[in-house]
Amino acid sequence: MPLEVDAAMMGLVCVPLTAALLVFLTSTRAVAAWTMVTSAIQFGLATWLTYGVLHSGPLQYQIGSWTLPLGITLHADGISTLMIWMTSLVGGASTIYASGYLSALRRGSKLPVDARLVPAFWPLWLILWAALNALFLSGDLFNIYVTLEMVTLSAVALIGLAGRERALVAAMRYLIAAMTGSLLYLLGVGLMYAAYGTLAWDRLGGLVQADGPTLCAASLMTAGLLVKTALFPLHYWLPDAHANAPAPVSGVLSGLVLKGSFFIILRLWLYIFFPLLPIRAGQLLCGLGMAAILWGSCQAIRQQRVKQMIAYSTVAQIGYLFLIFGIWDGWETGLAWRGTGYFMLSHACAKAAAFMVAGSLMYAVGTDRLEDWAGIGRREPVLVFAFGLAGVSLMGLPPSGGFIAKWLLLNAAVAGGHWMPALVMIVGGLLAAVYVFRVIAVSFSDQESSQSIVPVPLALRWPPLLLALTMIVFGVLTTQPIRLLEIGTPTTAVAEVSP
Amino acid sequence: MDTRTFFLYAVAGVVLFGIGFHGILFCRNLVRKVLALNLMGAGIFLVFVALSTRAPSGTPDPVPQAMVLTGIVVAVSATALMLALIRRLYRETGFTELPCDLED
Repeated sequence: MPLEVDAAMMGLVCVPLTAALLVFLTSTRAVAAWTMVTSAIQFGLATWLTYGVLHSGPLQYQIGSWTLPLGITLHADGISTLMIWMTSLVGGASTIYASGYLSALRRGSKLPVDARLVPAFWPLWLILWAALNALFLSGDLFNIYVTLEMVTLSAVALIGLAGRERALVAAMRYLIAAMTGSLLYLLGVGLMYAAYGTLAWDRLGGLVQADGPTLCAASLMTAGLLVKTALFPLHYWLPDAHANAPAPVSGVLSGLVLKGSFFIILRLWLYIFFPLLPIRAGQLLCGLGMAAILWGSCQAIRQQRVKQMIAYSTVAQIGYLFLIFGIWDGWETGLAWRGTGYFMLSHACAKAAAFMVAGSLMYAVGTDRLEDWAGIGRREPVLVFAFGLAGVSLMGLPPSGGFIAKWLLLNAAVAGGHWMPALVMIVGGLLAAVYVFRVIAVSFSDQESSQSIVPVPLALRWPPLLLALTMIVFGVLTTQPIRLLEIGTPTTAVAEVSP
Repeated sequence: MDTRTFFLYAVAGVVLFGIGFHGILFCRNLVRKVLALNLMGAGIFLVFVALSTRAPSGTPDPVPQAMVLTGIVVAVSATALMLALIRRLYRETGFTELPCDLED
């Protein structure tokens, strides 16, 4: 194993953590610049790791050469590398956006952030980033719990930065839901350790048996993670939390933080428990996913505030991720697997871009009520264009990453004869078109808004377009992400051992 | 530890977890919710410690105990954050309960 790639894995966790501490201690005006340097390093390390995994397969690293069960293993396979690269891309764009957002705040604009809390933003954001990277790299279930808690605590604190009553209530509700979820997960982890004596997910896969304690642990862990992933009907905390957070935070919460807990559900179900669980359990998750798509989309259409609308759209898009458990077609065909992986990537970029646009236009107009955005498209064409591109991906139209993802999922559903999920996916796309076009139509309407419009600074204008364009690129160049997703799946692992 | 003592600890842990879970769902006061979360945590830690005595070698297994230590650190940080948020919420609104419905 090349030593350099190990350094990349360590760096992805250590660099943002160290930077968070330094930024916390210095707290000068140069902090934003330092965070951008860190983001650039992160992007470099993530690309390096991706390159390494593409060329030499999945990587493992024992920190300090301490072996299990006391040591910590970092484990990078295809899906975790893809998630890390996605985090560095969305994270980098969010850093640039956040610097513009916070300096606009310093100039006294009416953005919904408590100005006294601004210095806390950068260290919290870097800790969140480090925690996400560590979560994707964790090789055992207990470290996943610790990183999950780091993610939650920093995310809640970031929502709280908005400082107003609504945001504080939303942060509190999120924190209680997420803590309850993690404790359920932790109890499951304890039962798994007692039953099998190890928590490394790659070993557990071969050990588990369908007995009482295992099924109990699987249900506890899944239930806890479902609360954190906000699958319908456990999504009650999500719309307020995501809509009332500061805009750069909303994008990261919807795009990355939810993917963290969903990633663990994928790990648990597909790598450990899938052979033992009754088919009904998968169908239940798939059914809840379908309900989430329909309910979330209909609620999104009804919203008057744009950020609230995008947050409900997240509830719907989370539903698509859970369809995999109903339309699973095995690792060999792998259509559902690739579709879901691609969906996570495209949703992260599209949703972060949409939230950023909403934040920028909120800066320009002063509110995010849709009727106040009348005619904004003529004043800020770049932003509305970025929103449109993100919308194309959310609807699943070509050429976009969202289209590829939905195409793969639809193929899997139709090939397996699962007509209900296929139908719901198509209806979900149409409903998404309704809420996206509603925003576009108002933006280009003939009436001028009564609000005075402030020109938007560059850092608030270009990052969302960058993310939306990346999504179009991934609608055309699909080979590398798909290849990455196939690395380190159970079938390829068996294939590598057998000759 | 004999089986009866083991069950005493494990069952006490599960009961604590259940009381905490009930509190999370049905207590409206936020400080009570924080206490309920800590009760759940304490219940889980008790289960972990009880399970660690069931190692095949006969001596207690240190790994679950290390997990409990880490878990306590996490619980302390989470409790601190919750209390800070409650204080802030109280200063902004004068309430120590979450409103049922948010209207602006």
